[in-house]
Amino acid sequence: MNILVCIKQVPDMESKFKINGAGSWYDSGDLAWRMNEYDEYAVEQAVQLKEKTGGDLTVLCIGPERVKETMKKALAMGCDRGVHVADDEFFKKDSFSIAAVIAEFAKTKSFDLIFTGMQSQDRGSGQVGVIIAEMLGIPSVTTIVSFVFDNNTITVKRELEGGLKAVIKAPVPALVTCQLGLNTPRYPTLPNIMKAKKKELLSIPVAELLNVSAHQETTSLFFPEKKGGGLVLEGEAGDVADKLINILKEKTAVLA
Amino acid sequence: MKTLLVAEYREGKLQGSVNDLMAFAQKVGSDAAMFLVGSETDLPKFQGPLYLADVKNCGEYNPDVHKQLLLDTIAKVKPDMVVFSHSSYGWDLAPRLAFALKASQVSEVVDVVDGVPVAPVCNSKLRRKVASKTPVAILTLQAGAFGLSEESTGVPVIEKISTTATGKVEFCGYEQAEMGGVDLTKASVIVSAGRGIGKPENIAIIASLAKALKGEYGASRPVVDAEWAEHNRQVGTTGQTVSPKLYVACGISGAIQHLAGMKKSEFVVAINTDKDAPIGEVADVLVVADLKQFVPILTEKIKAL
Repeated sequence: MNILVCIKQVPDMESKFKINGAGSWYDSGDLAWRMNEYDEYAVEQAVQLKEKTGGDLTVLCIGPERVKETMKKALAMGCDRGVHVADDEFFKKDSFSIAAVIAEFAKTKSFDLIFTGMQSQDRGSGQVGVIIAEMLGIPSVTTIVSFVFDNNTITVKRELEGGLKAVIKAPVPALVTCQLGLNTPRYPTLPNIMKAKKKELLSIPVAELLNVSAHQETTSLFFPEKKGGGLVLEGEAGDVADKLINILKEKTAVLA
Repeated sequence: MKTLLVAEYREGKLQGSVNDLMAFAQKVGSDAAMFLVGSETDLPKFQGPLYLADVKNCGEYNPDVHKQLLLDTIAKVKPDMVVFSHSSYGWDLAPRLAFALKASQVSEVVDVVDGVPVAPVCNSKLRRKVASKTPVAILTLQAGAFGLSEESTGVPVIEKISTTATGKVEFCGYEQAEMGGVDLTKASVIVSAGRGIGKPENIAIIASLAKALKGEYGASRPVVDAEWAEHNRQVGTTGQTVSPKLYVACGISGAIQHLAGMKKSEFVVAINTDKDAPIGEVADVLVVADLKQFVPILTEKIKAL
């Protein structure tokens, strides 16, 4: 099997965000970076598949030099090689451009399966995976919470609303986008972290892969208006608990 | 401006999200048409042309077939905007259509300001305006972001459509989540645990407060994914939608999928260490505290009442 998993590096969502000077994106200073949570499930599923069928597993990530740290985690989880698409301006690119870069890389590599997260935690567009598949002309299934590969066919469960799932079969080559809970992403072990340092990590300048123009542009980034109304309680736990109990007595019937 | 609204049908029923689509069309003041792969037995109360394909022939989930039907409809309607719900149907189908049309897609739109769609960034901590550069723009709307001011009473003018296209994937059926045991939708008080509980043993803290308040305990998705709580306790888009008298969110940041499941609660208390967590947006009271210290104290005081 020839497998590709695409990952993104995102800021920790608990961060205090600041707007950049141009007012077009968040400031990248003072942020802790990590692998997009959805992509951890994608990497785990790709590694499990490779362990079952043998073959070769490539992890791809677009971004500046610092994304190599996140790629090393994927390598330590079990990916065989890394492809870093070097792009300091990746945050300006829309989903269509990002998908075009990945599809351009993948089109001559004959991947049997491509895994992505269902969305990124920062943009949450949920488009890149599907567009890659459309560009390559292969089937794709989004939001999977179960994955089985057998006899050149994948059988997956898509998560729908209200606890409902849809069972879907597709032939390979195919692309799936991974939802939280698909599996239990492994923690890299120390020996595997050491081994990962010796794995191939190729860098390609994004200009070599980008041959489309963006469909859209983020014209401004801003903080949502606080709706207000909500009362904020802080301080010594006992006092706050007393205050809260009084509020509940006043505003709800649950303590009556 | 002309808009094509893409309604959804599942398990033999028109989905309620069709109201969001109509509310959006009303808000932007567009001339709207609607598209549905569904059935004449359950029609949207939409005043306008409805391009209707028969779900018996086209399937409820068959992205390639639905995409072709949409392309045929768009060729007739010539919309400036194609609008989906940001649902498992919409986020799966919209990018396929966007690619075929060479159109910009803006996902999970929460507002439109001066004609420009606004989408959430970083778990709703930020927002961005997204300007499309293509003749047609595709939007997926966040559930509930565009409420309909009054109940719709329209009657659609149906134009039947069909296609000979076939799909690349095979739909094998639906699978229901295992239910049974607790029914959160009937609880008058729900105390929910989020990722902030830190470890599975701390579920007990949440369960004790729930018991003291004569309610049930629930959980957010990460807690259920980690198997610290059963799926039937999950509150949110992919779990239960609840509307208790009191909802206490403990260590829950407030991802939109969670908010969608609990925002109809009558009174919401959030207990969180992060004052800026999005849960604060829907909370009547936000207690800034570590739940592991605060909740046991609160529980003891309530028991002593």
